[in-house]
Amino acid sequence: MVQALPKEMEWIARILQGERDLFHDLIRPYERAVYLTAVSVLRDATDAEDAAQEAMIKAYRGLGSFRGDAKFSTWLTSITLNEARSRLRKTAKVRVESLDSADQDEDFTPFLVADWREIPSEALEREELAKQIERAIEGLPPSYREVFLLRDKEEMSIEEIAQALGVTANLVKVRLFRARMMLQKQLAPYLKRELPQRRRWFSWLGGRA
Amino acid sequence: MKLDCKHVWPYISDYIDDTVTAEERAAIEEHLEHCEICSAILDSVHNILVLTADDRIFRLPLGYSERLHERIGEELARAAPDD
Repeated sequence: MVQALPKEMEWIARILQGERDLFHDLIRPYERAVYLTAVSVLRDATDAEDAAQEAMIKAYRGLGSFRGDAKFSTWLTSITLNEARSRLRKTAKVRVESLDSADQDEDFTPFLVADWREIPSEALEREELAKQIERAIEGLPPSYREVFLLRDKEEMSIEEIAQALGVTANLVKVRLFRARMMLQKQLAPYLKRELPQRRRWFSWLGGRA
Repeated sequence: MKLDCKHVWPYISDYIDDTVTAEERAAIEEHLEHCEICSAILDSVHNILVLTADDRIFRLPLGYSERLHERIGEELARAAPDD
């Protein structure tokens, strides 16, 4: 199991003993992650901000119940997911897909690109491309979208995600695989047309070998 | 261990996360060396992940941090955490 950092445990103890203002510093490194977690469920910036604030307040009120047997960030993620999901249940006008229904077998074959061209990140300067990617992510089934954003946006480990969601690491991997393949299938044909640049073969594989 | 395209695809995600075994890695890389299709698929998935990680995707709302700390400040002034 991944455990809390000693420094964070010390701060938490001090907050509980009355140094309340330390809570600002405690959560500062996780502000972005908490927002993104909320967005992964709610898909709306305003709703996500409200949920993120509420999750932080709940974390503060419940700080005494944090035992340090998970990372503080994992605990925060878990509170945020609960907060966001309960808001979604209250406000959802559309049918909320059951978390399990998305785990049924589907076709996860990729889009076959014979000539993939690398898209430089400068391309994101164009709002249209960023929107296209966001829409594709928002269109994923909820359980895939959560895992995908926790892993590929927040860069949490598979094990931390499993802890935060209360599922097995294997299920996290399966959902992640499916999310990535669905995005590949959806975005590759679009991105492929975006920029006719010279292909860079194995440029990143070479770098990590 | 010899893989054809269809058998490589399920490994692409784990390969990117480096959670494959050494034997699987060797088989995948051997396949990729000869298969432009799978190499391109791997490139495209990786490319999407790089773009997703960029701060311009799901930008934080302007003033998010300030509003968050203001709200937290009000709560800190109001009460101690529950025990």
